[in-house]
Amino acid sequence: MSETPAVRSDWPLFEVFLRGKRGLNHVHVGSLHAADAQMALHNARDLYTRRNEGVSIWVVPAAAITASSPDEKDPFFAPSGDKVYRHPTFYEIPDDVPHM
Amino acid sequence: MTTARAASQNPAPGQNPAPGQNPAPGRNPAPGRNPAPGLQQHFDDTLAHDRRIEPRDWMPDGYRKTMIRQIAQHAHSEIIGMQPEGNWITRAPSLRRKAILLAKVQDEAGHGMYLYSAAETLGADRAELTDMLITGRQKYSSIFNYPTLSYADVGVIGWLVDGAAICNQVPLCRSSYGPYARAMIRICKEESFHQRQGYELLMTMMRGTEAQRAMVQESVNRFWWPSLMMFGPPDVASPNTAQSMAWGIKRHTNDELRQRFVDMTVPQAERLGVILPDEKIHWNSERCSYDFGAVDWDEFGAVVGGRGPCNADRIAQREKAHEDGAWVREAALAHAAKHRDES
Repeated sequence: MSETPAVRSDWPLFEVFLRGKRGLNHVHVGSLHAADAQMALHNARDLYTRRNEGVSIWVVPAAAITASSPDEKDPFFAPSGDKVYRHPTFYEIPDDVPHM
Repeated sequence: MTTARAASQNPAPGQNPAPGQNPAPGRNPAPGRNPAPGLQQHFDDTLAHDRRIEPRDWMPDGYRKTMIRQIAQHAHSEIIGMQPEGNWITRAPSLRRKAILLAKVQDEAGHGMYLYSAAETLGADRAELTDMLITGRQKYSSIFNYPTLSYADVGVIGWLVDGAAICNQVPLCRSSYGPYARAMIRICKEESFHQRQGYELLMTMMRGTEAQRAMVQESVNRFWWPSLMMFGPPDVASPNTAQSMAWGIKRHTNDELRQRFVDMTVPQAERLGVILPDEKIHWNSERCSYDFGAVDWDEFGAVVGGRGPCNADRIAQREKAHEDGAWVREAALAHAAKHRDES
């Protein structure tokens, strides 16, 4: 037994992703603590799908996620910022051209 | 761990920020007294456009602290809120009522978990939050310090207490802090079941015997005023309201929400056939609202200050549950470690 059983358990944190129904992507819904991935799945079922909110669950150790930093927001996303020609609305096509 | 945690709201792969570059990395937020130029401006602009603040954004220390305190107290309230009704699970009068009450109490646990999860995105430590509750350094809603003396209390809590909670919580679905707002959306969907099962339970009792009707009225008499206290002190005695409104943490003042609750509840009481224990309740056609009597703020102060009927019991029970569960948490970790070693 640890010396301070009343305070610390330190189950790692898992992020939870749900597929709401077939045909949709998994979406992040929140997080929970669990001793391992299997327990995280069971806890995620009890916590996030009490009313049929999901048909599939992913759990991911929070420590395994790498993310962009809000600090770098402008430079990091800059490559797409000045490429308006990637959008269909960039191109002018006369109204009388069908099926375009 | 900290960067990964804070990253959770944005799981798209990207660059790993160098330690220390992120001004708000979660668990150990850097002091925000001297933000780099533009950070405060960006924060203010986000609020001005009614956009959401997300976990890894820079935010003022005061915002972070206030948000953690608000979410934690809300989470604690859900967890402690399991106790008054949990007392009646074994004594509910039918299998149907037991199943409903079990589902409701399980929801309260779930709400607590959603909220602790949101608090952790701000760098709060889960074990520490539990410790703050048990040691009384963080509070929970004063309503849960009142006892549940009869089964009618289960219905009245659903109707009045959850009804007041809904009044408080619906505007919080637009909280400026994204993870909190998202948790509140889930919670509000589920609270509607709580309120309706309570009102239906009371309607059933009111169709019953004279003794059952008396039981409902007696319960309403005890819970009416504490329900009004759930909205917090009157606006004149709520000095933090202005800052909280400016930060988008609060969307309406305490008195506005209290009035809204009274206006919603008076006709429900009439339909139910109970009398709210306040002779001053009457329709004010100028204001298009119900007038009502003064809340006993001394009682509120005493209960918040730890001198309510059940404060000590509630905390003692929470602490006992936490200690009794310690071996389970440790055993689960040992089990997980063993399976890691084997694989």
